Amino acid sequence: MAETTITGSDLVKPDSLWRIRLRLSWQAFKKNAALFAENPVGLIGFAIILIFMLMAVAHPILINTVWDPVIYDPVTGIDITIPFHPSPPSPTHLLGTDSFGRDVLSQLMFSTASEFALGAVAAIVTVLIATTIGAVAAYYGGIIDTIFMRFADLVVMTPFVTLLIVLSTLFEVGMIELAIIIGLLGGFGSTTIIIKSQALTVKVRTYIEAARIAGGGDARIIFRHIIPNLLPLSFLYMMFTVTSAIFSEAVLSFFGLLNIRMSWGLMIFTTQFSGYLLDFEKWWLIYPASVAITAMCAAFYLVGRGIDEIINPRLRRR
Amino acid sequence: MRGYLFKRLAQIVITFFLFLSAIFFLVDAQPGDYGNVFYSNPRLTPEQRQQLKANLGLDQPTWVRYTKWMSSFLQGDLGISFSNYPRPVIDVIAERAPRTIVLFMSATVVSFYFGFMAGKLLAWNRGGLVEYASTIGGVSLYTVFTPWFALIMIWVFAFRLGWFPIGKFIEPTAWIGAPTEVNDVFIRLIFTALIASVLLFTLLVSVGRLNTNQRRPATWIGMAVIAAGALIYWLNTGLGVYALDILWHLTLPIITLALISFAGSMLLTRNSMLETLREDYVLAARAKGISEKAIRDRHAARNAMLPVVTSFVFSLAFAIDGGVITETVFSWPGMGRTLLTAANAEDIPMVLGALVFTGTLALTAHLVADILYAYLDPRIRYA
Repeated sequence: MAETTITGSDLVKPDSLWRIRLRLSWQAFKKNAALFAENPVGLIGFAIILIFMLMAVAHPILINTVWDPVIYDPVTGIDITIPFHPSPPSPTHLLGTDSFGRDVLSQLMFSTASEFALGAVAAIVTVLIATTIGAVAAYYGGIIDTIFMRFADLVVMTPFVTLLIVLSTLFEVGMIELAIIIGLLGGFGSTTIIIKSQALTVKVRTYIEAARIAGGGDARIIFRHIIPNLLPLSFLYMMFTVTSAIFSEAVLSFFGLLNIRMSWGLMIFTTQFSGYLLDFEKWWLIYPASVAITAMCAAFYLVGRGIDEIINPRLRRR
Repeated sequence: MRGYLFKRLAQIVITFFLFLSAIFFLVDAQPGDYGNVFYSNPRLTPEQRQQLKANLGLDQPTWVRYTKWMSSFLQGDLGISFSNYPRPVIDVIAERAPRTIVLFMSATVVSFYFGFMAGKLLAWNRGGLVEYASTIGGVSLYTVFTPWFALIMIWVFAFRLGWFPIGKFIEPTAWIGAPTEVNDVFIRLIFTALIASVLLFTLLVSVGRLNTNQRRPATWIGMAVIAAGALIYWLNTGLGVYALDILWHLTLPIITLALISFAGSMLLTRNSMLETLREDYVLAARAKGISEKAIRDRHAARNAMLPVVTSFVFSLAFAIDGGVITETVFSWPGMGRTLLTAANAEDIPMVLGALVFTGTLALTAHLVADILYAYLDPRIRYA
C-alpha cells in the first residue's frame, strides 16, 4: 500500500519567502510612487535629476565619437583655431570656451558624474551611520544614548562650511575625502538626532514587543524590525545630504581649496582667477556652472520635499 | 524651570570645552609645521632657528601646548595673529565680530519676519498654482549658489543701477578728516539700534493692554517718538554722515542675505503651520465662530511659531558659515573673511580664535534657544 501521509507541501504551495517580500515591497513601491507622482513639486525635481543623469551619461559617448579629445577634453583641451579665449558661444562650442580655451559645455557635462558620485557617497555614509547609531541609541538608551547624543550636539554646534574650509586649507582634500567628511559630519550630527527620535517611537510599538517575546535577540530586533521602519526617513535625509554635499563642494571649489581636476565650483573659480567674475557680458563663464549647481541642489531638495509629503502623515492632504 | 536651565548650562559648559579641545587637536593634526613660514628663511643659523621654534613653543609635545593654550584661553589670551602682527587675536576679533553679528542679525530678523508672514499665508491658502510657484521659487532661492546670487545682486544694483556701493565697509575718501574712528561710529550705531529695539519691544508689550481702537494710533505715535529720538541724537553728535555711509554699505549685503534665507523660514513656517492647522484647538476656535483671520493669526500662527523661533536662533549661530561666502563676495571685513584669509595664510592662532568665536556664538544661541523654548512651550519646562 502506498504512502498516504499528507505533507504540508501537498496542501498549499507557499511561495518562497523572498518572493513574497519582493512582491510586498513592489506593491509598496507602486503605492508610494503613485503618491509621489500626485505632487508636481517632487516630479519637477525628479525630471531635473534625470536631465543631469543624461548629461553625465552623454559626456563619455560624445568624447569618444563626435568631440575630438584634443579640443574638447574638459581639463587639458584647447581649441587653437580660435585666436582669442574666452570665446562666445558658437556652433563648435555651444557654451563658448573659458579663459584657457577649454569647452564650457564639455566641462559642465564632465563634472556632472563626479557631482553625482560625491552626493551618493556622502548620502550613503551619512545614512549608514545615522540609521545604525539612531536605532542602537534609541534601543539601548542609557549611557550609549548619552554618549552619542552629546557627541551629536558637539557636531551640530560646529559650523559646517567653516569647518570644511579649515580642514581643506590644512589638509589635502579631494572629492572622495570631502564626500566622506560630509558623510561623517551628517551621520554623527543632525541626521542622527532626527532618526533617533523616530526610532524612539518605533521602539515602543507592539510588534517590537512581540518580536522580543518570540525570542528575538537585540541585534535581530534592531536590524530586522527597527531599522526597516526607519528607512523611509533615512531615504529622505539622503536627499538633503546630497544637496548639502554638492553645495559645500561648490563653495570650497569656488574658494579654490579642493584638490580636484574639474567641478562646477572650480569652473567659477577659474572665472574668478582669470578676472572675469564681474564681467557679466561674458555670461557663459559664470552662468552655466552656477545654474547647474543651483538646479542640482534644488532638484534633490524638491525630491526630498516630495518624499516628506508621503512619509510624514501630517503633511498629507488626506 | 531653574533646575532644567541649570542642567542645560552645565551640559553646555562641558560641550564648550570638548569643542575647544576638538578644534585644537584638529588644527594640530595638520601635516607639516606652521612654523616653517618663519624658520625656512635661509639666512637664519640653526641656533636661531631652534630659538625661533622654542619661542613659538613648537618644540614641545602636543599635550604641553594644549594645556598652555587652554590656560591662556581661560585668561582671555588667544595669542598673536601672524597675519595681523603684532595685534593680538582677541583684538582682531573684538574689531570684526560686531560687523559680522550686525550684518547677520539684521538680515536674519528681516528674513524671518517676511518668511513667517509668507509661510503663514502659504499654508492657509493651500493648493493651486501659487503654492507650487512659491515652493519652487522658494527652493531655488534656498539652494541658489550663494556667491553667484550675490554677484548678480552686485551687478544689478551696484554696477548697473548704481544704487549701492560695490562692496566694502566704508567709502575711504568720505572719511578723510573724520573726527573719530570707524568702529566708534559703528558701535554708536549698534547701541542706537539696541536701545531702539528694546523701546520698541516695551512699546508693543504695553500697547497690548490698551483696548482695540487705541492700539493702532498708540503704536504709530510710540514709533515716531523713538525714531525722532534717534534722529535728534545723531544730529547732535555730527557723525550722521558717517553713520549713513556705513548704513549705505550695509544695505545690499542685508538684502542679499535676507533673500537667501527668507525662503528657508517661509518653507519651515508653512510645514509647521500645516501641522498646527490639524490640531483640535483650531477646530474648536472655528466652532466658536471666531473670524478666519483671528484663527489664522492668533490660534494657528502663534503655535506654529515654536520651531521657527528655534530655527531663528540657530541660524544666528551659523552666521559665520554664511559669512565666509557673503563677506568674501562683498569684501565685508567681518569674521568670516578673517577666517578664510587666516586659514589660507596658515595663521593658526587667528584660525583657532575665529573657531572659538564661532563656538561661543553657537553655544550662546543653543542656550538662548533652550530658554526660549522652555519659556514658550510649558510642556518642555515640566517634562
